[in-house]
Amino acid sequence: MTKRLVRFDGGDGVDNYVNQYVVVAIFILLGILLPAAALTVGRLLRPHKPNDPKQTTYESGNEPVGEGQVRFNIRYYIFALMFVIFDVETVFLYPWAVAYNKLGLFVLVEMFIFAAMLFIGLLYAWKKKVLKWNSV
Amino acid sequence: MGAWLHDPLTWSDAVIIFLWGAVFLFVVLGFVTYAIYFERKVIGWMQLRIGPNRVGPLGLLQTVADIFKLLIKEDTIPRKADRLLFVLAPILCYVPAFTVLAVIPYTEKLYFADLNVGLLYYAALSGISTLAIVLGGWASNNKYALLGGMRSAAQMISYEVPLVISVVGVILLSGSLNLRDIVDAQAGGWFWDWNFLPQIIGFVVFIIAAVSELNRTPFDLPEAESELVAGYHVEYSGFRFAFFMLSEYVYVYAIAALTTVLFLGGWHAPAPFLDFVPGIVWFLLKFAFIVFFLFWIRATFPRIRVDQLMGLGWKVLLPVSLLNVFLTAGYLELFVK
Repeated sequence: MTKRLVRFDGGDGVDNYVNQYVVVAIFILLGILLPAAALTVGRLLRPHKPNDPKQTTYESGNEPVGEGQVRFNIRYYIFALMFVIFDVETVFLYPWAVAYNKLGLFVLVEMFIFAAMLFIGLLYAWKKKVLKWNSV
Repeated sequence: MGAWLHDPLTWSDAVIIFLWGAVFLFVVLGFVTYAIYFERKVIGWMQLRIGPNRVGPLGLLQTVADIFKLLIKEDTIPRKADRLLFVLAPILCYVPAFTVLAVIPYTEKLYFADLNVGLLYYAALSGISTLAIVLGGWASNNKYALLGGMRSAAQMISYEVPLVISVVGVILLSGSLNLRDIVDAQAGGWFWDWNFLPQIIGFVVFIIAAVSELNRTPFDLPEAESELVAGYHVEYSGFRFAFFMLSEYVYVYAIAALTTVLFLGGWHAPAPFLDFVPGIVWFLLKFAFIVFFLFWIRATFPRIRVDQLMGLGWKVLLPVSLLNVFLTAGYLELFVK
């Protein structure tokens, strides 16, 4: 594998750089237009005869019991916290990986230490049975 | 595309891009329509059934009829639901699914946006759909929907981490986040120059995590119909439900295209003497294979349990993907520099 010259960096010239994001903006616009158009057309085509039983919350045919927004397991929250930690790690990994060929052994060791510390955190969570679904 | 983007953009250029984008939107909708038909046919054949064959010749209009039925179906919003969020959730799910497609390059010339942060853009936007799923589950004010939404979110964020870390090896090899650069770095004539062999660990982790991100079998727990009825979209009907389904299949398109670009050499031919075939044909072949693969495993594997799911994501895929990053970096340090 030879080191390659980056040919399409998408940023040769300010106009080109900005215009790529114009394309993205147009895609977002198209993405919003389709649901807006489809749901508007659907409003003209579909019947609208609401009645009480139709609008009750679905609970397999039974009368709904209590609140719909019930308390749920704390574990979802812990997984979300773990996700935030490792997602931040990827935020650091991406620019590091892009610039890696221009940097030396030193940054490899640095990144290794950083990842190792987070990995120790993962091992700790593992030991504390955070990763075990039915531990609580 | 792209040639005139080096100059300041005029309104007429913007209109042309908009029209091309609209054409592309219909291509994607056509893909989704026939991917669903193809999926039902393939799974039918694998289970020794015929699959849809009544509506139109060979059942080709089955999905069209299904879409039309969803369009004219009454749209019910439960009384207790949070109306604004309930209406917003399917749209919020669909918009990022379509917008991520802007960065996919099909051939050297055929692409829409050539972002220098293409891969990061993909990872960042596809995460927004998770939010829409939680939102849909919460706004429905329904126990099944809430639990399905939470479960789905937990699964998606758990597999997003190995998914984004598994591609770091690819970024290391090509030194860029730009998807065209990544394909270009896989040029070399033969298929063993593509990333899937040098990055075999990353490739396997990526495929497993991608299937999970797509909420497809064997990781379709959010929709486990036997336990959660339908998961987060149980209260949705008509075209709002259709948009959740649509975004799921648009992500199938996106993941298949992204896998082709990152690991299977994009538009490059597998051998130098096959170069006379246009690049787009190679791209579409690889793309079609990945799509088929996703349907194939749906017919093959049973659904796994939720504790196995979380265990696999955090205890196996995450350490393996981290290991892959440092193996790749170490290899580059020792043998390439």
